[in-house]
Amino acid sequence: MDNIAIELRGIDKSFGPVHANKDINLKVRKGTIHGIIGENGAGKSTLMSILYGFYQADNGEILVDGKPVSIRDPNTAISVGIGMVHQHFMLVENFTVLENVMLGAEDSQILNKGIAKARQELKRLEKEYALEVNPDALIEELPVGLQQRVEILKALYRRADILILDEPTGVLTPAEADHLFRILGQLKAQGKTIILITHKLREIMAITDEVSVMRRGEMVATRTTRETSVEELAELMVGRRVLLRVEKGEASPGDVKLAVQGLTVKDSRGVTMVDDVSFEVRAGEIVGIAGVAGNGQSELLEAIAGIRKATSGTVLLNGRSVDVTGHRDPAELRARGLAHVPEDRHHVGLVLKFEESENAILGYHNDPRYLKGVFLDIDAIRKDAEEKIAKYDIRPPNARLKTANFSGGNQQKIVLAREMERGPDVLIIGQPTRGVDVGAIEFIHKRIIEMRDQGKAVLLVSVELDEIRSLSDRILVMFAGRVVGERSPEATEGELGLLMAGVEGRKEAAE
Amino acid sequence: MDFFHVLVVLLESTIRVSVPLVFAALAGLFTERAGVFDIGLEGKMLGAAFAAGAVAAVTQSVWMGLLAAILISILLSLVHGYASITQRGNQIVSGVAINFIVAGSTVILGEAWFRQGGRTPALAEGARFQTINLPGADTIRDVPVLGPIYADLLSGHFLLTYLAFAMVPASWWILYRTRFGLRLRAVGENPGAVDTAGISVIWLRYRAVICCGILCGFAGAYLSLAMTAGFVKGMTAGKGYIALAALIFAKWRPKNVMFACLLFGFLDALAIRLQGTPLPLIGQVPVQLMQALPYILTVILLAGFIGKAIPPKAGGVPYVKER
Repeated sequence: MDNIAIELRGIDKSFGPVHANKDINLKVRKGTIHGIIGENGAGKSTLMSILYGFYQADNGEILVDGKPVSIRDPNTAISVGIGMVHQHFMLVENFTVLENVMLGAEDSQILNKGIAKARQELKRLEKEYALEVNPDALIEELPVGLQQRVEILKALYRRADILILDEPTGVLTPAEADHLFRILGQLKAQGKTIILITHKLREIMAITDEVSVMRRGEMVATRTTRETSVEELAELMVGRRVLLRVEKGEASPGDVKLAVQGLTVKDSRGVTMVDDVSFEVRAGEIVGIAGVAGNGQSELLEAIAGIRKATSGTVLLNGRSVDVTGHRDPAELRARGLAHVPEDRHHVGLVLKFEESENAILGYHNDPRYLKGVFLDIDAIRKDAEEKIAKYDIRPPNARLKTANFSGGNQQKIVLAREMERGPDVLIIGQPTRGVDVGAIEFIHKRIIEMRDQGKAVLLVSVELDEIRSLSDRILVMFAGRVVGERSPEATEGELGLLMAGVEGRKEAAE
Repeated sequence: MDFFHVLVVLLESTIRVSVPLVFAALAGLFTERAGVFDIGLEGKMLGAAFAAGAVAAVTQSVWMGLLAAILISILLSLVHGYASITQRGNQIVSGVAINFIVAGSTVILGEAWFRQGGRTPALAEGARFQTINLPGADTIRDVPVLGPIYADLLSGHFLLTYLAFAMVPASWWILYRTRFGLRLRAVGENPGAVDTAGISVIWLRYRAVICCGILCGFAGAYLSLAMTAGFVKGMTAGKGYIALAALIFAKWRPKNVMFACLLFGFLDALAIRLQGTPLPLIGQVPVQLMQALPYILTVILLAGFIGKAIPPKAGGVPYVKER
């Protein structure tokens, strides 16, 4: 029993009608990296929030080092040696690294003394764990990888022995993720216990010693990582066999459907977000745009979709030019055969307070099919929505349900159904599977490939490199607003990773 | 009267009218930096002025008046805190409600208690603040330039005046050099960071709101116990809003707050000074226009000259932990 760092017994938690955690039992051995895997909404984050005292369990017991503890708030969690790196960093952006690390552990009423001590301690931690970061840098000026490092330092500064990381690689480049894993390895070597929450199977296989799988609020299995496989874990997560590899035939590209030339986009501050980007997408091919979030992909997508003004450049849709620098009219673009699945479905793609059927026609509400004179033909709209629900397996199958009540994956399917069922010539898709569970990912990927095979031109933007690699027929990598290279999907992850980090691209551009 | 003398007089009255603005804007600084917007500075100041006037009139003690002002103002702050922190209500609505309640109830209570049309009785000397002459003020008054500056501009103000200006570096020190200040600024930017660091967001915000109450109490007491001798209905006359404007203009920084308040105070003093004085080229300007001038300039300054003021990121948003 001695080597168990944390034990959970019968943890139960409900939020209103949602039973987020059902009778969870878990043992985490000391000095190991323990993965917790599950689809979105499986209850992983809730469980960890209970462990960190953010929520209180309705029932159950937590034992730290074999002793029962009652973790009422983050303070008690910190005092028993639990530290947490949140998915959305809990940092004050206009504070320095030092101030963020100190916050809540300042030692004395007046800061001066505490600052000196914190600076010293930070130096020691830096040396011990190779966690270098300038203590006087402002958080908002640091790249996300370093911001995450500050979160880890915060936990270590509070003398955490057990570190919980919630989806830590979501915002990182492959290189940054590798670096993080090296840090975690080092922490483990120093005797720290690490709990890693993720939905990425590859990470689990790469770094954990043991892995527990959650599904719909239940802990369904715990495996020794060495003795399990990606296929088994995926099946445990989803509850049925899933196809992890996307199966697709050769592409047979046809005419150029979308041509972008010299497109440049500046944001409201005048910063160049997209810098002289040119490419073509042909009928029957999927062109993927890879890149770390924030390198101009979003702006590129928005400019093509007609919701953001470009500063210069031309876009040809079906051979006819689109006024990208002047008057923007997304409706006109739709009429000309462009469909857009926006990156941010909550704010751009859907009105969450509307019922499903209303979202299913959003933007197409002037289509005569949905109109009776000047009024909407509600019956026709609902009937149309129900057809899409059946075709896209949207659950629950209720066209009158408020959209906010669908899961992320089903919301995404609502958007996809709306845009794909129009039969567009060009489909541009941003982050098709962000916040979508494994089962739905499989479905969405299949649909995207079907679109390609029907001869549509597909432009795909995703920060998930695996997704880009498995779906695309050609990959463009964006860094700092520029397309820094084109690769075939057979390119290695390392090669693409270097391009995404801007290392290779500069050389290439210079040549 | 030579230009220098006019300037000294003008600046002297600038200081006099700036004091409540400085107190109120610093009050707003504390709550807004903690993420609680407070449009109710006006109401708190007015309530405090009334409490000060009423209690000083009854007890004949200026200190009891000041204490009452602070207590009432804290109480009103706690009402705002309860509505916007505990009950997670809309902070603007809560602030506006406080302004209305105070505007009405001071008049009703004043009339019921003192029967002077909503005023409180004029205060005798012992029941109000007296001006303080700094040491040596009279002896060096005749020294050219420095004499008038020391004797007329710096000396001869109320205790609260000196306190107001002392509160500027003090507020800076509290916000930037103490643990409380660090946490307070953090909770206005990202309450999640504070919560996960094991600090109570709610208690921290309540403390900020109480700081605001204390400072508004001083502002109100200054109006009815120092600037005038007693409470007059509606005597804050929008100073709470001007203070709020100064706070935004100052981009939520203590030193800037002081200068912004002095600027608005100067405009006010100038307007008073220019009343009835014919201006070159323009001639006689209607009194009403002069009185409106500070407010017009406030709008212009806020609209055009402020640059980008970034408010505390979590400002106005109640903190909700449970989903």
